[in-house]
Amino acid sequence: MRRHDCCSRLLRFVLAALCLCVSVSAQEKPVVLRGGKLLTVSHGTIENGVLIIENGKIAAMGAASSVKIPKDASVIDVSGMTVYPGLIDSETQLGLTEIQAEEMTNDFIEPSDEIMPHMHVYDAFHAESDLIPVTRYNGITNAIVAPGSRDTLPGQDSLVQLAGKTQEDLLLVRDIAMPLNFSGEQRRNQGGFEHRKFPSTRMGLAAQLRQAFLDAQDYGQKWTDYEKKKADYEKSKGAANTDASSKPDDKDKDKDKDKKQPPMPPKRDLKLEALLPYLQGKKLVVLGAEEANDLQTAVGLAREFNLKFVLNHISYSQSVLDYVASLHVPVIVGPIYEDPKPDQRYDAVYSLPAQLDKRGVKIAFASYDAHNARNLPYQAGFATAFGLPYEQALKAITINAAEIWGVADQLGSLDVGKTANVVVATGDPLDMKSDVKHVFIEGKEIPMKDRQLELRDRYWSQ
Amino acid sequence: MFLRFLLSREHAATIGLVVLAACARAQDTPQAPHNEVLIRNAMIMTATHGNIAEGSVYIKNGKIAAVGKDVSAPASATVIDAGGKYLTPGIIDSHSHIALDDDVNEATNPVTPHMMMIDAFDYQDKAIYHGLAGGVTTSLLLHGSANMIGGQAIVIKHKYGATRDAMLFPGAPRSIKFASGENPKRVYGSKDQLPSTRMGNFEVQREALVQAQDYMREWDAYNARAKNGDKDATPPKRDLKMEALADVLRGKLLVQIHCYRADEMLTEIAMAKEFGYKLRAFHHALEAYKVADQLAAAGVGIATFADWWGYKQEAWDAIPWNAVIAMRKGVKVASKSDSEDFARCLNQEAAKTIPYGGATEQEALQMITLNAAWIIGVEDRVGSIDVGKDADLVIWDGYPLSSYGVPNKVFIDGDVYFDRSLPGFGMPHYKGGM
Repeated sequence: MRRHDCCSRLLRFVLAALCLCVSVSAQEKPVVLRGGKLLTVSHGTIENGVLIIENGKIAAMGAASSVKIPKDASVIDVSGMTVYPGLIDSETQLGLTEIQAEEMTNDFIEPSDEIMPHMHVYDAFHAESDLIPVTRYNGITNAIVAPGSRDTLPGQDSLVQLAGKTQEDLLLVRDIAMPLNFSGEQRRNQGGFEHRKFPSTRMGLAAQLRQAFLDAQDYGQKWTDYEKKKADYEKSKGAANTDASSKPDDKDKDKDKDKKQPPMPPKRDLKLEALLPYLQGKKLVVLGAEEANDLQTAVGLAREFNLKFVLNHISYSQSVLDYVASLHVPVIVGPIYEDPKPDQRYDAVYSLPAQLDKRGVKIAFASYDAHNARNLPYQAGFATAFGLPYEQALKAITINAAEIWGVADQLGSLDVGKTANVVVATGDPLDMKSDVKHVFIEGKEIPMKDRQLELRDRYWSQ
Repeated sequence: MFLRFLLSREHAATIGLVVLAACARAQDTPQAPHNEVLIRNAMIMTATHGNIAEGSVYIKNGKIAAVGKDVSAPASATVIDAGGKYLTPGIIDSHSHIALDDDVNEATNPVTPHMMMIDAFDYQDKAIYHGLAGGVTTSLLLHGSANMIGGQAIVIKHKYGATRDAMLFPGAPRSIKFASGENPKRVYGSKDQLPSTRMGNFEVQREALVQAQDYMREWDAYNARAKNGDKDATPPKRDLKMEALADVLRGKLLVQIHCYRADEMLTEIAMAKEFGYKLRAFHHALEAYKVADQLAAAGVGIATFADWWGYKQEAWDAIPWNAVIAMRKGVKVASKSDSEDFARCLNQEAAKTIPYGGATEQEALQMITLNAAWIIGVEDRVGSIDVGKDADLVIWDGYPLSSYGVPNKVFIDGDVYFDRSLPGFGMPHYKGGM
């Protein structure tokens, strides 16, 4: 049975990356960012700071007076600029589309069935997409790539970093989480009664989902039984061998014939197999709902099967925010540019992050986009205009996201020992007036080049 | 959710009714009783003559009566202290399809110049309120881009809660929507009709204009005979479609063309020259930066997105520097929404031209005020804080050209139509409940 343990995968990746860095670092000098304002996210702001990148990691950092600069280092003067951790977008379709209206470039969703947990975005992820350099140009270094939301279970997400040569470099954690969508959008069999087929309602979708989980539980049980039988068999075989070596007795052999047949493994079912780590609570389910009624139905389903979950969107659940807080789970909120419902005040969705934060809910932002995932930080900035404290807004696109996705030991803040995903901009990262000047991913400075800059330079000589 | 942008921006299809020239009729807006207001202590961003710190604006009878550091106003005027806040002209959205329900595209024929958007105008659409709360005071509501020659637009003021006719911008010029490129060829190509290629697109347009020339000649001949007292002269049949196109050729309509690719912009300019009409603006115009010199020479403006790209093939070469490159080469540039959600924070879209190409603060502001007003043809009435202009103003919490700016109060014709500090919807003129 295939099992993806995301933590061990990340560890393996990090080790591999470390080996790579070590082998290269013989020639690589440490990079020093000197004189900038460091937004550490984890331990406040350091004015006139120094940050040293070595072997792909943040090797040292602090106030300029307290950090010794290595002699052989290449020093970049970033005085007057702001230095912050690479931003993390908690849901994108990066690598799953190139030109949205050109179907052949899209790999968002398998619409043939509502239950498609065995779809893995890494199988479609296009590491060479022109959208990726455009996105990191605005300081976004990591993203969750998720399938589209038209299926109840559309497949599994991957965590990517936005630099590297091949998909092996970019895909940090495969199958990191599984979306479970329950927003009404998943109903695809509506229309005239004569055309309807199951499931055409929320009741149908919920029943279908329950059945899938039950089937997966049964399937898991079959495998557990099999593993047990197999272990028993191995044990008895071992015992038989030991017996055989001590006292060979051909007469007994026929008697034990049945026992000594190895048990047959159940037939593998990729769809049900994909659900097991989620049913076992080993991986995160991203529960997507917008309105209060759907949210509660979705949470009910998740609890029925003991799923470990975070919430996604909840854009129109303003009436049940205390309930949301009582769940003690993080929320990926938005997109906050979503229009309010006709009976809502204009800022009902804009102010949602602040309302959640006030109730102690950990939030993260997502662009839910591909081409303009680059605008992620502005959404966080806009939320502050409706009451979200600035530090929380910044956390929602850095450390909170890293914590939700289980990679906070590597990403999400400027701390010694973390992966050197570091951005330098002319000012406040949440303000669109700021211009990103340097992006480091795994300690390597990324050339500020993309298709759009090439076009600009071809037609415009300033 | 992701595909929503594409769909909302691009089309819907239904039917409009035919009432020529209806959108041009002027409506007298009833004045609010308290029509003298003094806004003081604001950081005024005039959009034409820089900023005035701790400045005042005196509003009388719905117009801006005085602007400056020190302004004298009668004691009877309502005083609004805008200390610590910014004051800008009302935002103008030069490309919108809100308040038209699903009646954006009469996608049954590639030439429908006689469709009048006013016939579909749903003045109770909450999207008008949503824009208003984002500081939008005027919008150009256009036909969609399914047809090479679409219908005639209306210009509205976002006076949510007022009557339908009070929302129409009095005396605004008539605009007509043309299109080109992927949308017409996809819409009609999918029905196996002409046009299904760009050759077909332009041929359909040319053919319609030729017919309009013939129609005008017939009428000219008849009028000449009638004028000479020829009693045998019989008037040609009146044809609404041809009347509308004739008005294009007579220069009575501002031509607004949905156009992405550089080559198509050049073709449209050439065709306008051939038939003797003038183009007002290319909309979307994502490749304007490739032919900005030619656009400037032809005097055509653009209404463009700040940074949207890649949603279709003809948007693949879009770059966020488009607006500033075109502007530096002499093109009048506006930043527009073309969507309900962008209309709610157009200030942020304009702000993006500052890092992408280095627009000055005033240039960025003009893209959503004065330049947008020019595209609609109402630049002498709105779009800046100048004496004599309509008192369409926004007081902002936070710096407007950033992610942090949020409208605090929105004035239209001197009257407060949105006030963030009020509970509920925040609209003093709206009587409906939540």
